[in-house]
Amino acid sequence: MKHVRTLGLTLVAVALAGVYGCGKKEEAKPAPAPKAEAPAKPEVVVKLGHVGPLTGPIAHLGKDNENGARMAVEDANAKGTEIDGKKIKFEFLGEDDQADPKTGTVVAQKLVDAKVVGVVGHLNSGTTIPASKIYTDAGIPQISPSATNPKYTQQGFKTTFRVIANDVQQGSALGEFSVKELKAKKIAIIDDKTAYGEGLANETQKAAEALGAKIVAREYTTDKATDFKAILTKIKGKQPDVIMYGGMDAQAGPMVKQMKELGIKAKFISGDGACTAEWTKLSAGANESHYCSQAGLPIDKMPNAKDFQERFTKKYGQIQVYAPYAYDATMALIAAMKKANSTDPAKYLPALATLSHDGVTAKVEFDEKGDTKHGLITIYDVKEGKLNALSIVGGAAAAPAPAAAPAAAAPAAAPKAEPKK
Amino acid sequence: MEIFLQQIINGLTLGSVYALVALGYTMVYGIIGLINFAHGEVVMVGAMIALSVVQALIGAQLGLPPGLVILVGLAVAMPICMGIAYTAERVAYRPLRSAPRLAPLITAIGVSIVLQNLAMIIWGRNYLNFPDIIKPSPIEFGGAFITDVQILIIGVAALIMAGLLLVVHKTRLGMAMRATAQNQQVAGLMGIDINTVISAAFLIGAALAAVAGVLVTLYYGIAHYHMGFILGLKAFTAAVLGGIGNLGGAMLGGVLLGIIEALGAGYIGDLTGGFLGSHYQDVFAFAVLIIVLVFRPSGLLGERVGDRA
Repeated sequence: MKHVRTLGLTLVAVALAGVYGCGKKEEAKPAPAPKAEAPAKPEVVVKLGHVGPLTGPIAHLGKDNENGARMAVEDANAKGTEIDGKKIKFEFLGEDDQADPKTGTVVAQKLVDAKVVGVVGHLNSGTTIPASKIYTDAGIPQISPSATNPKYTQQGFKTTFRVIANDVQQGSALGEFSVKELKAKKIAIIDDKTAYGEGLANETQKAAEALGAKIVAREYTTDKATDFKAILTKIKGKQPDVIMYGGMDAQAGPMVKQMKELGIKAKFISGDGACTAEWTKLSAGANESHYCSQAGLPIDKMPNAKDFQERFTKKYGQIQVYAPYAYDATMALIAAMKKANSTDPAKYLPALATLSHDGVTAKVEFDEKGDTKHGLITIYDVKEGKLNALSIVGGAAAAPAPAAAPAAAAPAAAPKAEPKK
Repeated sequence: MEIFLQQIINGLTLGSVYALVALGYTMVYGIIGLINFAHGEVVMVGAMIALSVVQALIGAQLGLPPGLVILVGLAVAMPICMGIAYTAERVAYRPLRSAPRLAPLITAIGVSIVLQNLAMIIWGRNYLNFPDIIKPSPIEFGGAFITDVQILIIGVAALIMAGLLLVVHKTRLGMAMRATAQNQQVAGLMGIDINTVISAAFLIGAALAAVAGVLVTLYYGIAHYHMGFILGLKAFTAAVLGGIGNLGGAMLGGVLLGIIEALGAGYIGDLTGGFLGSHYQDVFAFAVLIIVLVFRPSGLLGERVGDRA
C-alpha cells in the first residue's frame, strides 16, 4: 500500500511541477534576435519589462499587449540600436499579473530586481496604479498602453506615462453620447468594481448628470461573473433608455445576451474594455446595434498602423485592442533612450517626458502629468457583428482642455485635472 | 410583481445548476467524507468538450438538428468526464483513503489546479463562445420572460434529481452506497466491493457534472477554463447549506442559494436605501449560510454522515 501512496503523491507533485514549469518558461525566454552583423562591437543587453494578465478571464487582452510589446523589441533588435557607441540588444521580460493588484506589485518588484530599465504595462488600471509606486521608487519609467483610470498619472510620480486617453475623456464622451445622440433621459449604470470599470462608470455618470440625465440605477458585478440576470431584472423595472457598463468584453458579451432574453429594449453602451472583436462572439450577436467606445482612433484611421497591422496579424493573429499601443509604448521607451543617448533610467527619463515620437497609433507626446497629448475617443456601433466607427470625440489638445466635443462635460468631469501649469 | 416573478425564474435556473453540481459534491462526501474540490473542474471540462464537439459538428455542416448536435456533444463529454473523475479517484484519493482527512483534501486541490491548467493549455486562455444554434426565444407570461433553455435546465435538473433519488433508494447499487456510507469496513465484510461503490459514486457525480457543464455553456453561451472554480465554490456552499452528504439537501440548498442570490441582487439596494448595493449579493448569500449554520450546524436537512461515526 505504501508504495502506491508514494506513487500517487509523486504523480501529483510531478504534474504540479510541470504546470508551474510551463508558466516560468515563457518569462525566461528572451526575444529571439537576429545576430549582430558587426560582432566586433561590444553588445550590451538591456532589459525591458512588460506586465499584463496572461492567465485569467482577460488573458486574451494581456497576451495581445505582450505581443505588441514583444514585436517592438524584436523590431528594434532586428534594426539594430546603437546607444552611446554601444550596440544594444534588448531583452524582453514578460510577466503575468493575473489582473490582480497583489500579484501586480509582486511581479513589479520582480522586474525591478531583474534590473529592467523600463516597463510597458500594466494592462488594468487596478494593477497599474499599485505597481507604479514600486517603479517610481526604483526610478524606472513606466508606460501603460491601456490603463485609463485618471488616478494613475495623478499621483505626482515622475515615472508614470500612458499612451491612451484616460477615463475622464472617455467617460465624458460616453455620457455625452448617451444624452445627446441617444437622447437618453434615464440611464442605468453597471460596473465591475475594478479601478477601470468603476472609474469609467463614475465619469460617465458625472457627465450624464451634468447634461441633465437621471441615473435610475447604479448596479455592480464582478470581473469574473457570468450571470447578470438579477441586476438586469432590477434595472428593467426602472425602465432606463440606456444601460452603460464599465467593464470588460467577457462580461459585456453575456450581459447583452441576457438583456435580450429578458426583453430589455434599452440601448447598451460600454467603454474600451468591451469594445473588442470578441464582444460580438461572446454575445452570440446580441450586441447588434449597441454601442461602445475605444480610446484612440480606429485602426484603419491610425496614421502608420497599416504595416503594423499586417505584420502583427501574420505573426500573432487578430489584434484585440491595445497591441498597437503596447508597441508604441515600447518604441517610445527606446526612442527616449536614443534621444538621451543613455539606457540609464535616470538619464533618459527627462527625454521621455519631452519626447515627440511618431507612433503607429498617434504622435506620442506626454503632458506634464504623463498623459498623452493626443487622446482621442471613437464611438462605435455594432452593425452585422462588426464594430463600425460612428464619431470621433476629442482633439489634439491635452486631456482636460475643453476640446471640440466634451466642452459641456469636461469642467464637471475633470475637476482634479484642472490645475495646469 | 413581474419583476419579482422574473427574479424567481432567474434564481430557479441558477439554483438548478448549483443543485446539479452540488449533487456531485454531496454524493462523494456522503460516502467517503471527502470534499472533492476538483468537481467544479470536471464541470468545466464537460462544458469545454461539449463545446468543441458542437463547434466541430457545426463546422462540418452536416445539417443535423441543433438538439441532436448538443446531445452528441454531451454523449462525448460524459464518458471523458467520467474517465477523469475515475482517474482522479484512483490516483489521487484512493491511495490516501486511510490517511488523515487533510491529505486527500490537498490532493483534491492539486487535481483541480492540474485540470484547470491542462484546460488552459488545450483550449487556450480566451473565452470560448458556444455556437448560437439555439436562438434564445423568450416566452412571456405575466410580464416575466423565460427562455426555452431555462425551461430545459430546470426540467433536466428536476428529472436527474428524481432519478438519482431512485437509484440511491431503490437499487442494489444504491443500497451498497448507503451501506458503504454508514460503515466501510462492515459493508466490506458483508461482501460489498467498496472500491467499486466509491468509483461508482465518482462516475455518477462526473456524469452529472458533464450535464451541468453542457447546460451552463448553453445558457450563458460562453465557456472558459476558469469557469469551474466559482461554480464549484457556489455548489459546495449549496451542499453545505442543505446539509452535505444529503441528496435532498443538495437540491434544496442549490435552489435556495440561487433564489437568495437573485433576490439579494434585486432587492438589497432598495431595502437598504442604496446603502448596500448589488455587489453585496454574495455577502448576502453567505450571511444566510452563516445564520443557517449557527442554528443548524449540519445544514437545513442535516448531514447524513452523522450515523457513520
